[in-house]
Amino acid sequence: MPGYVPHTPADQQAMLERIGLSSLEDLFASIPASLRVNGLLDLPPALSEPEAVRELARIGAKNMDATQAPCFSGDGVYRHFTPSLVPAIMGRAEFFTSYTPYQPERSQGMLQSIYEFQTLTCQLLGMEVANASMYDGASALAEAVVMACSIKGINRAIIPTTLHPAWTKVVRTYAQGQSIEVVLLPHEGGVTDLEAVRAALAIPAAALVIPQPNCMGRLEPVKALAEEGAKAGALVIAAVNPIAMALLKPPGEWPADIAVAEGQALGLPMNYGGPLVGLFACRRQYIRQMPGRLVGATVDGEGRRAYTLTLQTREQHIRREKASSNICTNEALFALGATVYMALLGRHGMKRVAELCVERAHEAYDAITALPGWEPVHPGPFFHEFAVRAPLRVPELNAILAGEGIIGPVDLEPDNAMLEQTALFCCTEMITPDDIDRLVGILRKL
Amino acid sequence: MTKQKSDMEPIPTLFDKSRPGRTGGRYPEPSGSAERYLPASELREDLPLTELSEVDVTRHFTLLSQRNYGIDMGLYPLGSCTMKHNPRLNERIAAMPAFSELHPSQPSATCQGALQIIFELQNALAEIGGMDAVTLQPAAGAQGEMTGLLLIRAYHRHRNDPKRTEMLVPDSAHGTNPATANLVGLKIVKIPSNSRGRVDVDAVRAAVGPNTAGMMMTNPNTLGLFEDQIEEIAGIVHSAGGLMYCDGANMNAIVGIARPGDMGFDVMHFNLHKTFSTPHGGGGPGCGAVAVKEVLKPFLPVPYAKETEDGTLEWAADLKHSIGRLHGTSGNFAVMLRAYTYIRSLGPDGLRAVAENAVLNANYIRVGVEKTYPVAYPETCMHEFVASASELKKARGIRTLDIAKRLMDYGYHPPTVYFPLIVPEALMIEPTETETRETLDAFIDALNKIAEEDPVLVHSAPHTMPVTRVDEVEAAKRLDVRWMPPADE
Repeated sequence: MPGYVPHTPADQQAMLERIGLSSLEDLFASIPASLRVNGLLDLPPALSEPEAVRELARIGAKNMDATQAPCFSGDGVYRHFTPSLVPAIMGRAEFFTSYTPYQPERSQGMLQSIYEFQTLTCQLLGMEVANASMYDGASALAEAVVMACSIKGINRAIIPTTLHPAWTKVVRTYAQGQSIEVVLLPHEGGVTDLEAVRAALAIPAAALVIPQPNCMGRLEPVKALAEEGAKAGALVIAAVNPIAMALLKPPGEWPADIAVAEGQALGLPMNYGGPLVGLFACRRQYIRQMPGRLVGATVDGEGRRAYTLTLQTREQHIRREKASSNICTNEALFALGATVYMALLGRHGMKRVAELCVERAHEAYDAITALPGWEPVHPGPFFHEFAVRAPLRVPELNAILAGEGIIGPVDLEPDNAMLEQTALFCCTEMITPDDIDRLVGILRKL
Repeated sequence: MTKQKSDMEPIPTLFDKSRPGRTGGRYPEPSGSAERYLPASELREDLPLTELSEVDVTRHFTLLSQRNYGIDMGLYPLGSCTMKHNPRLNERIAAMPAFSELHPSQPSATCQGALQIIFELQNALAEIGGMDAVTLQPAAGAQGEMTGLLLIRAYHRHRNDPKRTEMLVPDSAHGTNPATANLVGLKIVKIPSNSRGRVDVDAVRAAVGPNTAGMMMTNPNTLGLFEDQIEEIAGIVHSAGGLMYCDGANMNAIVGIARPGDMGFDVMHFNLHKTFSTPHGGGGPGCGAVAVKEVLKPFLPVPYAKETEDGTLEWAADLKHSIGRLHGTSGNFAVMLRAYTYIRSLGPDGLRAVAENAVLNANYIRVGVEKTYPVAYPETCMHEFVASASELKKARGIRTLDIAKRLMDYGYHPPTVYFPLIVPEALMIEPTETETRETLDAFIDALNKIAEEDPVLVHSAPHTMPVTRVDEVEAAKRLDVRWMPPADE
């Protein structure tokens, strides 16, 4: 039998007899003949397992991956070290072949790990409550904006141009259906302009989004910005990098009302951009407006501590058109991976990784900006990414670097015409001092 | 089977196990210069995370995993969720650094292999769905639905017809359908089912008009029945100026047998984590690929993978009327990669065998249990069917919830319960094609036996789990959704 079907033809015949049919064809009698596929679909023929491994290895060989080439790209997806325990736990079949824990008695393991994920998310972001995860940071932010507009009853959100441009686009996509007006704020010297924030907030808005660090790597004046938002009665939404939060003031201290983050940086592979995992936290008073799954602790029939999905009445499968969001499947397995990472590194390890990132990035910054023709763009405090004006266009630069076995920086120009020939370099703890020397050696010769 | 109540103790949380000074994860020592680079005013004072060793964390999650249940342990007949075997081959491919260690911003010349996977998967799904173009960006089915409805909305607006804001949704629809329609600003017009468990065609005819944006349908529907009047329904909606959306959650019944595009649907989503065997991961990640007919192509999300004149592949964003982006990157690549591997492994005959055997298995269970659990609409079903415990409830006081909990004692994950809403005491059973006849026989026996058991025993199930019945009302009352240090409680 092809594929993963266990039946023999004799099994099938016996089963058909039990059902009272004579052929497999009879099973589809309710499908009008005019709608049946005639023959087989036009797809390549089946591959045996050894053939499939060979074929996929052949396709994979066309890629240059970051184990062969140091990666100086960031911009929302980061190459951090994945501790060996993380894939080992994510690979436990009891977790990865399970589904949403609808039946709590049979799913206590996943439920407890989600409860712990919610707690670690709160601790890292300094927030009061968090959900079981969203698709990614971008859609988490979009849902946060929708949520803020629904809480405030105002369909207007303010977003700085220093937010990752792809995230702004996702917010706009979600905003379409809800007729939410998205107001873009200019930046001044690489960080959000306070004057512009004040002016924008003169008209009532439901939300002010504050990224930290921002899309140029810079640290935003988060406290001052959050104050402006609060003064104007808008909800403050933080969009942060979770590794940076090991060192920087967390959203809860700004204070933010809602905080989101892209959790892929928490030791999860880049996977060419996905799966990612969105972290979503907010003030406790907004828990009933929060999208997504939520796990709570309770008791079983004998008074023992137990966990279950809770506040499901907010969700689509109960509330249907009155639900606060349509989200159903989230990124549970990657939330589990992030949980293992945060628990393993913990208080000391997370800080160490963040410090290594800062050190490497500043070493690279010093070396690159010392080269003639390489100018810092909007210099100022940054975490592990920085923008530099290059003496050539970034795609050309990256083609040269690729030839030398280096994954180069991200090109900021396509999303911001003002940032001509501007490269965003990222260094995590995976970049070694030798990698930086090699990069600088090549740049020097350009 | 009727073991005494378990005496297992709860597993303490990570936070209970934390001890000051402990750490896991072995990294080089930083030089100590980091804080010099960052303004003191921006630094946090304390990072209140756990302090645990690698052994602590390893044991913790291993013990938790033992209190969970996956398809690798046995039958998981959760209707509408297609819990089929997750081949290890796909995991092996997804773990290859050639794929897992790629950055999404890499120059296309350095990731032609990844682009090939995406491009060929786009084409394969178009062929399977009978559609013209595909986006792989949506991260799950619900986001796929949102994409599809935004496409329909954009189509009407582009034609200067923005008053079309009504979406027809059958009463048997998945909850995500009305929730999504609402999220994209459409009004829901509920369409009743007829006595055959299908959409009432006359009700559709009466509901359409100049404000109709379209209709969302699941085919086969959530009762496990093929909507055999689909062509007529599509004709009515199209004549009224609306478009047809197919919720592809139930594609496992018809893959290789029939195609939504041939039925008159203009747009559909696939759940790669259902039909194409990628693991559900305890609730994700998924991939909600969306396929469309030519008319909706100009509105698709960007970027998408495209073949250039010289045969190389690249990301293109050249769709003038695109609805925009759904995802921070281009979607859940590692999920696409698994689905691609699956489709290549099965080939066209293997995919057809998926549907044939999924439908065979569902009907085999149906005839095995229908005397005890009458099937809501008794006829040959597709990949799933909906049985009811109404009679059992009347006769012996055993409800669907009790049966679900008791099935755990027999070693199964329960089916989907109390859905669809139009069937009282519903048990929605979907075995998938990857189960043996012996497994199905044992499950049939278990269901039939439970119906005859002492109601007291069934009411108090489960008896063999780490916990007895969990108090969900108390959970909603307490709202204890995170651990707090004892002093703060």
